[in-house]
Amino acid sequence: MENAVEIISVLGAALAVSVGAIGPALGEGRAVAAAMEAIARQPEAAGTLSRTLFVGLAMIETMAIYCLVIALLLLYANPFTG
Amino acid sequence: MDASPLAPDVLFMLGPVPISRAVATTWAIMVLLWGVLALAFRTGAPRGGALQSALEIVVTTIAAQLREIFDRDPWPFLPLLGSLFIFLVLANLAAVVPGVTPPTGHIETPMALGLIVFLSVHAYGLRARGTRRYLHHYLEPTPFLLPLNLLSELTRIFSLMIRLFGNMMSHEFVIAILALLAGLLVPVPFLLLGILIGLIQAYIFTVLATVYIAAAVGAVEA
Repeated sequence: MENAVEIISVLGAALAVSVGAIGPALGEGRAVAAAMEAIARQPEAAGTLSRTLFVGLAMIETMAIYCLVIALLLLYANPFTG
Repeated sequence: MDASPLAPDVLFMLGPVPISRAVATTWAIMVLLWGVLALAFRTGAPRGGALQSALEIVVTTIAAQLREIFDRDPWPFLPLLGSLFIFLVLANLAAVVPGVTPPTGHIETPMALGLIVFLSVHAYGLRARGTRRYLHHYLEPTPFLLPLNLLSELTRIFSLMIRLFGNMMSHEFVIAILALLAGLLVPVPFLLLGILIGLIQAYIFTVLATVYIAAAVGAVEA
């Protein structure tokens, strides 16, 4: 098992992306649902709501992107494989 | 596909300076923008041609959007934020041209743009509020939050950079994997999705930069 570090790194990358996608997915779902409800109640505020929604979604999905970056670091710039 | 997105792929050497593909694409976009602007505004007349009118519509639309966020005169900030948005749209949609990869899909271009936003947030804030009052807003609401305020200055710019980079780069990866797995027509819907992603990311980057600058000059709370 001289390439154990590589194997564990690939598993770690897969784990980081898969687990890291769950939370932001649930959060984005709740955010979009709330925005839909708000637009249905007040269609005249749709412009402000959708702008705030986009910014908020960007904030939420940053967490998933962080996990993606960790996975990419493990795959391409792994500090432990030399 | 097997090239790392974190390492620059060097196209050629300009003397001792390596020129990466992203930098060359950025230069091409700059030349294109400069050419279109020079063509549109060559007369400088108040009532120009069709191209000048079209560009004026773009500028006034961006100004109206910025006014909604700033809630004050957006024109002092328009040169930075407007050119940021237009450059990002062109850069993110560069993949539409065959053989060109978006420069925002490599880490160095988002890093440079994030640095520009980071420096201009403080420059606008210092100019609008004065040194004393600008530095004092780091002590609000209580001085105990000073480390957190300083940390958030860094992390929000870092996340701005990583968000643009991660979205553009991951989409390139998805396209590459799809092209590897399934032949000719399967990646087409994903390429269309890429146009949407590019536009949304350009919009989000600009809106977040606007919100940060608006918070620095004291227009909104953020």
